[in-house]
Amino acid sequence: MVSLNFISSLSKNFFTYGLKGLTISDRYISVVPVRGCSMSPTFNPHCSTSLEGSTDDSVLVEKFCLQKYEFSLGDVIVFCSPNDNKEKCVKRITALPGYWVSSPFSNDVVKIPDGHCWVEGDNSASSLDSRSIGPVPFHIIWPLKRVGKLEQRIPSGRFVF
Amino acid sequence: MNSKLWSDLVKEAFDKTLIVTKFFCALHLTTTYVFTPAYVFGPSMLPTFNISGDYVLAEKISTRLGKVGRNDIVLIRSPEDPRKIVTKRIVGVEGDDVRYSLNPERDDTFETIVVPKGHVWIEGDNKYMSRDSKNFGPVPYGMIQGRIFWKVWPFESFGSVERRTI
Repeated sequence: MVSLNFISSLSKNFFTYGLKGLTISDRYISVVPVRGCSMSPTFNPHCSTSLEGSTDDSVLVEKFCLQKYEFSLGDVIVFCSPNDNKEKCVKRITALPGYWVSSPFSNDVVKIPDGHCWVEGDNSASSLDSRSIGPVPFHIIWPLKRVGKLEQRIPSGRFVF
Repeated sequence: MNSKLWSDLVKEAFDKTLIVTKFFCALHLTTTYVFTPAYVFGPSMLPTFNISGDYVLAEKISTRLGKVGRNDIVLIRSPEDPRKIVTKRIVGVEGDDVRYSLNPERDDTFETIVVPKGHVWIEGDNKYMSRDSKNFGPVPYGMIQGRIFWKVWPFESFGSVERRTI
């Protein structure tokens, strides 16, 4: 027979630690699962269309950068898709504001406006990214730092200047 | 004797730090999930808000639930500089046909645009002096930081800020 006191103190402790955890995860550091194959082989290297979500990578995401909104070329970021506010996407920044981007698939050269960046997935074959949705405004962006550090890398085969 | 004094001091410091941490957490959670005060200034929302600045309260609940809609005044992150948060009115939501004039002081020409999915069209109430969606296009819904619902200061205009058409 568990006493009421015990239950109330347990739930109070649970509540307090839950709130502190939520604050830390909002402001400083958090864990995010990565789904889909658009970032192979960096994340989910064994992804194939037949195995649905078998072993998804989980990554450590830091939010200190949100204070100043300063990102570098090659950072991997988590952001909310501009087309659907609730959907989170994970991609790499391949061009910053002021850069010109051309792609082998079209004859256009696009200039990245202020406050936007160009993102692409590492696995060019199957990723929905800036090539289709245009420049992405910086919002709710959390760069990723995995345990087992992530390098910043710039894909080749593009003119970025 | 000395070591007991030290351990009491350490315990008291620890307790005080815990209280400050709890307060900070509560403040963060309220400001992020419930409501936040804000200071709005500038000419772009005349006559609704003063050019020299008003203190308002903005709530975050309708933003998270996706219930922010037409004619709401919102705090929104500027797509030109993500460090800046601006105050504008939502004139159109996704799927709406929006009719706007690029040069209101010069001529009467209008353009029409359909707001894409997941975006909103924002405009300042003072159409002659406002940088808004006429200049930078529709803004993703995710940039909305809160809906302004109450004016706190100056005291003469203390009261709720309702949705209304201009």
